[in-house]
Amino acid sequence: MTTMTIAKAINEGLRATLSNNPKSLLMGEDIGPLGGVYRVTDGLIGEFGADRVVDTPLAESGIIGTAIGLALRGYLPVAEIQFDGFVFPGFNQITTQLAKMHSRSNGNLTVPVVIRIPYGGGIGSIEHHSESPEALFAHTPGLRIITPSNPHDAYWMIQQAVNCQDPVIFFEPKRRYWLKGEVDRESAGPAEDPFKAHVVREGTDATVVVYGPLVPVALAAANAAAEDGRSIEVIDLRSISPIDFDAIEASVKKTGRLVVAHEAPTFGGIGGEIAARISERAFHSLEAPVIRVGGFHMPYPVAKVEEDYLPDIDRILEALDRAFAY
Amino acid sequence: MGATHLPSTEFDGTELDDLLEAQAEAALGVPSSEMVQLLGPDGTLGTDSVFSEYAARLDAEKLRGFYADMAAIRRFDQEATALQRQGQLALWVPLTGQEAAQIGSGRASQPQDYIFPTYREHGVALTRNVDLAELLKQFRGVSNGGWNPKDTNFHLYTLVLAAQTPHAVGYAMGIQRDQRLAEAQGVESAQGIDGPAGPKAAVMVYFGDGASSEGDVHESMVFASSYNAPVVFFCQNNHWAISVPTAVQTRIPLSNRAKGYGFPGIRVDGNDVVAVHAVTEWALEHARQGNGPVLIEAFTYRVGAHTTADDPTKYRESSEEALWREKDPLDRLEKYLRAEGMADDAFFAQVAADGDELAAYIRKSTYESDAPDIRTAFANTYVEAHPLVAEELAWFEEYSAGFAGGDEGEGASR
Ligand SMILES: Cc1ncc(C[n+]2csc(CCOP(=O)(O)OP(=O)(O)O)c2C)c(N)n1
Repeated sequence: MTTMTIAKAINEGLRATLSNNPKSLLMGEDIGPLGGVYRVTDGLIGEFGADRVVDTPLAESGIIGTAIGLALRGYLPVAEIQFDGFVFPGFNQITTQLAKMHSRSNGNLTVPVVIRIPYGGGIGSIEHHSESPEALFAHTPGLRIITPSNPHDAYWMIQQAVNCQDPVIFFEPKRRYWLKGEVDRESAGPAEDPFKAHVVREGTDATVVVYGPLVPVALAAANAAAEDGRSIEVIDLRSISPIDFDAIEASVKKTGRLVVAHEAPTFGGIGGEIAARISERAFHSLEAPVIRVGGFHMPYPVAKVEEDYLPDIDRILEALDRAFAY
Repeated sequence: MGATHLPSTEFDGTELDDLLEAQAEAALGVPSSEMVQLLGPDGTLGTDSVFSEYAARLDAEKLRGFYADMAAIRRFDQEATALQRQGQLALWVPLTGQEAAQIGSGRASQPQDYIFPTYREHGVALTRNVDLAELLKQFRGVSNGGWNPKDTNFHLYTLVLAAQTPHAVGYAMGIQRDQRLAEAQGVESAQGIDGPAGPKAAVMVYFGDGASSEGDVHESMVFASSYNAPVVFFCQNNHWAISVPTAVQTRIPLSNRAKGYGFPGIRVDGNDVVAVHAVTEWALEHARQGNGPVLIEAFTYRVGAHTTADDPTKYRESSEEALWREKDPLDRLEKYLRAEGMADDAFFAQVAADGDELAAYIRKSTYESDAPDIRTAFANTYVEAHPLVAEELAWFEEYSAGFAGGDEGEGASR
C-alpha cells in the first residue's frame, strides 16, 4: 500500500500501462515536457520518449481522429483533452466515428481508444474549465464512460480502460486530483470490474448514488445524516456507461429511498436515467420518488457563484429530507 | 501583398501564382499550380520532366488493364444507378467522369498500403479487390459497411465529410511506429500489426474539393506534417460539392495549400489515367521512403449528378458537362491504345462483354442481399459484454417471441 493523490495515481497507472504494453501511447496538448496542465503525465516523456508520449498540435478533432487511426493500426492510444469544455471540437470524431467503428464494420474493426478528460467544477476556474458533459457521451451507444473517485480506483481503472477493447471516456474529477488515499499497487491486478459500482458506505434508510467529485460530498452528507439518526447508504457509481443498475436496485430494495446527485445539469442528465430505471425495476420497494440533485439548467456559472451551483452537503441533505417526507 | 491583390477566381491572380510556384518548385522541382498531364484528350502522349519516367514503367498490358478497369467501373456505375431507379438501392453516388482519377491512383497503390476512401471511390475499391456487390450493401441499407477492411486494406466508406482524414494520418503514424519497432528488432520493416517484416507501407486518403474546407482536413495536414507521416492526401476536385462550385471552397488551386503545411502538392489532370498513376506512384514512394506527406489534387469532373437524389440542371449549364465529356478518360485511352496498336476491336468487345457479366452479377447479388438480423447490431455495438445491450436484447427476444408464429427471422425484421 502506498499513499498518493489521484493525479499521481493516474500518472502511475499510465506509467504501468506504457511499461506493460509497447503498443500503448499517450497523446495530447502539453502532455510532454510540461506533463500536462495538471501534471498528470509528469515525467513520462523522459521515460518513454516522444513517440510514446506525444505532444500533439493544438487540435482536438485531430487528436481523437488520429487516435482512431492509430487504434485501427493496432495501437492503444490514450488521448488527453485538456479540459472538459474543449472536447467539443472533437465531439464529431467521438460520436460519429469512434463510437460506431466497431458496429459499422460488422464487428471487424475495433478502436480501443481511451480519452481522458478532467471534468467538473469547484476549482474557481474561468469559463469552459468546469463542465460535466458526461450525459452527452453516455447517450451515445458504443462508448463506455468511467470515472474514479479515489486514488486506488484511479490507478487501476485507467489501466483497465486501456485494456478494454471498446472506446472508453475516462472522466477525471479535477477538483479531487489532490485527494490522497491508499493505492494497492502490489496486487497482481485490479480486484474490481471497472463497470461495477461500489457501496462505499452501508446504510439502511436511504441510498445516495454519486460518482467522481461528489463521492466525498455524499459521504459527508451521510455522516451528517447519521447524527440525526438516519442510516444512509452511499454508492460510488464508477461507471456512467454502462450503469450498474443491479447494485442500485439491490440497495434500493434494502433502503426504499433513492437520491441521485451529480454536478451536471439535472435536466436530461444521468440522474433522470437512474430514476426512470429504478422506478421500473423497484417500484414496489420505493417509499418515495427518486429525487435528483444536480446543476441548474444554465451554462456553468462564473466561479464566484459556483458554490451556489454545485450540489453540496446541504443540497443532498435537503433531498434526503424530501425523500423521508413521503 | 495585400488582400486586394488576391485573385478573384482560381484562374487569375498571376502575382500570387508566381509566388506560390516559386515556393512549390523549391519543394518538389515541379511547379504545383501547373497541371501534370501526359495523355491528352486527343489521345497523344506528351512528356513531363519528372513524371514521364514513371509513365515509362507502364507496358501495354498495364494500360489495357487500366482501360478494362475504367470500363468495368463505369458499367458498374450504370448498373447501380439503374438498381437505384428500380428501388433496389436507397441512393447511389455515381462516379462517371472520375474513373481515371480513381483507377490511376488505386492501381498505383501496393497491397500493403492502406486506403481511406470517402463515399464515391468505387473505382479505387475495384483496384483493391473489394467485392463490388458488398460495396452496394451500404446503399441498399443492409449494412453500414459491407466489407471487411482488413481483407483488402480498403477502409469503409465515410459519410461525415473529411472525418476519415485524421484516421488516415493516425494510421500512418502507426505504420511509422511499426517500422521503428521492426527496425529496433533488426528487421527491415513491418507490414501489419505485430506483422512480419515486409515492404514499407503508406496510407492514401481520398476526399473531395468540398470536403477540403472541413476543419478535419486542416488538422490532418498539420498532424501529417508535424510527424512526417507516410500519407498521401488525394483530393478529387470534381468541381462541385453538390451544388456549390469549387470557387466557393478555395481561391487558389487546392494543391497549393500543401505548401502552407510544408509538403509537396501536385495538381494532376484527373482525367488522364497515365498521369494520375505516375503522380500517385511518385507520391506513395515518397511517403513510403520516409519523406513525409504529399497532397495530390486530381483535376477532374463529376459528369453526372452528385447522387441519384440530386438535380444538376438546377445549378450548372449542360454546356459545362459537354465540355468535360470531351475530356473523357476512357475515350482518350482508347484512342491511344488503338493508335499505338496496343488494343484492337476484339479487346474492346471483350471489355464490353465482361462489363455485361459484371452487371449481371451485381444485379443478382443485390436482389439476393437481404436485411441482416438486428441481433447482429446488438452483438456489434460493443466488443465486450455490456449489461444494457444484454438487457435490451433479452427484452427484444421475449417481445418477439410473443407474436404468433414469431420465429427468429420475423422477429428480426420487424
Ligand atoms: C460533415 C458533413 N456535412 C455535410 C454533408 C452533406 N454532403 C454530402 S456530400 C456533400 C458535398 C461534398 O462535396 P465534395 O467534398 O466536393 O465531394 P464530392 O461529393 O463532389 O465527391 C455534402 C455537403 C456531409 N456528408 N457531411
